[in-house]
Amino acid sequence: MKKISILAALMAVSSGAFAAGGDIHAEFAAMMDRSFKTTGIADKYRMKQLDFQKACSAEKEPSKKVMQAIEAEQLKTIRYPADGKFFGDWKEGEKIAISGRGLTWTDKTRFDNGGGCYNCHQLSHKEIAYGTIGPSLQDYGKVRGNSDEIVRYTWGKIFNAKAFNACSNMPRNGDAEILTEQQMKHLMAFLFDPESPVNKK
Amino acid sequence: MRQKKLYVLLTALVAAVGGMASPAALADKASDDAAIARYREMIADGNPAELVAGQGEELWKTKRGPKNASLEKCDLGLGPGVLKGASAKLPRYFKDTGRVQDLETRLLTCMETLQGIDPKTVIDAKWLKGERETMAALVAYVVTQSNGQKIDIDMTPPQMKKMYELGKMAFYYRSGPMDFACTTCHGDTGKRIRLQDLPDLRTQAGAAAGWGTWPAYRVSSGEFWTMQHRLNDCYRQQRTAEPIFGSDVTIALSVFLAATAKGGPVLTPGLKR
Repeated sequence: MKKISILAALMAVSSGAFAAGGDIHAEFAAMMDRSFKTTGIADKYRMKQLDFQKACSAEKEPSKKVMQAIEAEQLKTIRYPADGKFFGDWKEGEKIAISGRGLTWTDKTRFDNGGGCYNCHQLSHKEIAYGTIGPSLQDYGKVRGNSDEIVRYTWGKIFNAKAFNACSNMPRNGDAEILTEQQMKHLMAFLFDPESPVNKK
Repeated sequence: MRQKKLYVLLTALVAAVGGMASPAALADKASDDAAIARYREMIADGNPAELVAGQGEELWKTKRGPKNASLEKCDLGLGPGVLKGASAKLPRYFKDTGRVQDLETRLLTCMETLQGIDPKTVIDAKWLKGERETMAALVAYVVTQSNGQKIDIDMTPPQMKKMYELGKMAFYYRSGPMDFACTTCHGDTGKRIRLQDLPDLRTQAGAAAGWGTWPAYRVSSGEFWTMQHRLNDCYRQQRTAEPIFGSDVTIALSVFLAATAKGGPVLTPGLKR
């Protein structure tokens, strides 16, 4: 009994010391657990990391090998349109690209989300309020054409960007059920339709 | 159409006001002076946060709570009642509580020990309501008295070093339905969301532009936001669960930011979009 209490005291002292090796990870996990709560639709469970999220949470990107393994795994999640049709209405797509709403603890439902595309990408020739975290997608279809290959790649990228870049900043719109299949079809039209302001000045 | 016009007007304001947040513009010591000059220009017509600070001063001196006492003997780290420069040195490790505390959690301690006010009345309140509104006013009053100082937190105590490490881990922590972390928006230089410049919080200049200009009055919402409020809304936009008011993750992130920003100018209360 006495031995145990000495051990406990020793541990208490050492954990008080700075970053005792692996202890910092346990302390971090405990800190995250006691620091967050469920509010509205934002369940505390959201703080649990998926494997790839964990791998992409260091100061440096994981090794090429780890990245490739993640990408192979994420590629399997992509579901292509069951009816083989990739394109909806670009006008609807533009609305989805503009809307950045959804999935916060102040949203009523988790099923009414925007794509938030303009937060990070330039798209329409007419919209000047675009972010720069992602590459410009202006003239997307005009520059790339509409071969099966580019259409399928683009669908895949919207559905799960991690399949092509393991630690991409871009959300997994399809895999994480942020957008519906129909919404993604509208976004595809917004990107590819020659009449869309993405491609037409 | 009218809304669009308003948006353009607002974005123009962002360009004018947000200029100081541009991380590239703060790349060296000389640009600190430029940031200070721009801040002075910005608040030349007054910062509405002054009104909030005025309320805070009154609350500071008013006898309140079960113990019917004021906060005039509150020790924010430089001794009882010393406010000049106090928030520039926060967060810090406090021996009396055995915790690293930011301004708000330290004020909670003072409210509890001096006035007998239950911290839960702040922790469980809504933003800008009840005792949490009182907290915001107190914060506005206190930070006004560090305006013009340098960010200067004491990283000597091991507890601070540990908080820094934990904060850094939190900064890079990706989770939630959108896989976001703080770094998604603040881990690169020269980026923006829509038209909003994003400080690169990994760098001294970027962290100083962020940490040094909050708490702030937000023109778009007409509200004064504390740092706890700012961090809370960052997590809301990350689509994570909600951080509890004053929780250790908020303290750890604050230590990480303030330590990274060390030496940068304190321009509080700030004025934002």
